[in-house]
Amino acid sequence: MRYQNATAYRFLAPYLLIFSIFWLWPIIDSFLISFQATRTVPWRFAPTFNWGRLIGDPAFFNALKNTLLILVIQVPVMISLAIVMAVLLNSPLLKARGLFRFAFFAPVVVGEVAYSAVFRLMFNLDYGIINKLLNSIGLPSVDWFTNVTPAMAVIMMAVTWRWAGYNAIILLAGLQSIPEDVYEAATLDRVSKVKQFFYITLPLLKPIIVFCAVLSIIGTMQLFTEPFLITERGGPGGGTETLGLLLYRQGFRSLNFGYASAIAYTMAGLAIAISLVQIWLTREPK
Amino acid sequence: MTSRSPISHSRVSRSQARLGRSIALHLFLTPLALVWLFPLWMMVVFSTMPDNGIFSPDIELLPHGNFLDNVSNLQRGTNFIGAIGISVSVAVTYTFLSVMLTSMAGWALARYNFFGKGMVVAIIFGTITLPYAVVLIPQFIMVARDFKLANTWVALIVPPLFNSLGVLFMRQSFSMMPHELFDAAKVEGVKEWRIFLFVALPLARPMLAALAIILFLASWNNYLWPLLINSKPGAMTAPVALGTLIGLTKVSWGGIMAGAVMLTAPMLVVFVLLQRHFVAGIAAGAIK
Repeated sequence: MRYQNATAYRFLAPYLLIFSIFWLWPIIDSFLISFQATRTVPWRFAPTFNWGRLIGDPAFFNALKNTLLILVIQVPVMISLAIVMAVLLNSPLLKARGLFRFAFFAPVVVGEVAYSAVFRLMFNLDYGIINKLLNSIGLPSVDWFTNVTPAMAVIMMAVTWRWAGYNAIILLAGLQSIPEDVYEAATLDRVSKVKQFFYITLPLLKPIIVFCAVLSIIGTMQLFTEPFLITERGGPGGGTETLGLLLYRQGFRSLNFGYASAIAYTMAGLAIAISLVQIWLTREPK
Repeated sequence: MTSRSPISHSRVSRSQARLGRSIALHLFLTPLALVWLFPLWMMVVFSTMPDNGIFSPDIELLPHGNFLDNVSNLQRGTNFIGAIGISVSVAVTYTFLSVMLTSMAGWALARYNFFGKGMVVAIIFGTITLPYAVVLIPQFIMVARDFKLANTWVALIVPPLFNSLGVLFMRQSFSMMPHELFDAAKVEGVKEWRIFLFVALPLARPMLAALAIILFLASWNNYLWPLLINSKPGAMTAPVALGTLIGLTKVSWGGIMAGAVMLTAPMLVVFVLLQRHFVAGIAAGAIK
């Protein structure tokens, strides 16, 4: 094979330059900063300063717990919903397909700030439309933002609303790449639609489901805007504070870059672990 | 002709079963679609209501006529129109630069063999699953303190230029093209950068459209980085400017909702007009 190093790197140069300055160096730097005491000038090397603080910090464990709680509830619910959306949108029986696609896919273009504002207003205690609708069918109002459980529920609903359609788009493309004759053969053999879903669709879709799950987990793990804006800086009383929000608070409110970097690397560690699980789940059977 | 043969009988019952399934499908999907549309609909309704209407005990589900008043309330609280100007300029510049950067890199990966290719591909795949949080703090220190570029357009445009899914998408697009075409041009003595610009890019137009839409949307909606780096009132992007109002006690919620509509409506129009490209751009992340 002929090598064309000079030509290739001329095309790659701008991209690799941006990568080196704004990603490669920060990845290394962030690791180094996590071992420095950054609240004194000049910063000094203190290997256990931030990491020691991290393992004894109740705020960190609170944020970790909240983040994992959102992960284990929201991601499976959203992925299941996205699978249902994709399968039903793919049904040849569906009429007005365009309208349904619009309904489920439209949230994909809505910005975090815009939809956070709407959710905050919809779940307002006294004047929110959700409580008004609950009252109109005889149910009591829910104090969404002063108790932890309902506040968490609002965050999870908001994220699910925003991202289910996004995942459904990816899954739908996956469904459409499954050859039609597989289903035709199954139908001829009188395999029911439900069985076809569990024994054909799900196994063939598995790599894409895992891909969606990993992207969603990594996205949700960094959740910031929703608890920042909807539940007012992780309220009530830190009840919805996530790792992303704690990092923001430590890094950019207290300007404690060292500690924030340690938090960031904890998130990276989680992400790497999750990616390894993905590789293991989608490995080719021997 | 008689229709009592067993075959046509089973055909009737099968079409009845199909009808039943079709009805069940729509009975399930319609309420779900309405729930999904509800927040967007309420955004529009709120944006057209005066504040004393939003904060009243009545259930209002239809738009009123207060949109322009809400816009002027919003404009009074924060220079939102100016912020939209910044957002548009930044998103357009970002999209152009990022499309060039990613398609050049994608082209190099699709067309050439070179030393370190495996390494470059590994880097790109590796960064897909790496949390952005890991680079955020050094990026901020570098741009704000070392380069002294806080509150500038460069700060908004340049650091987010690196993206990995776009490069993989373009690599895929170029490698699906018949390479005989490029080789023929090479035999004719056409330089590689001209082959890229005048042969490959025009062929990739639909993919470039998909990529551009996704990149524009990402820049338009970007929140965390602009929030950190451009926090001065005159330098804020529109989402950041809107975000500063959420949580204030004396604030016009009708105004906030009008701002949310101004951020969302153009993207929804683009989405409806270019849905095919949109879907292709998003789906390309996973489907090889």
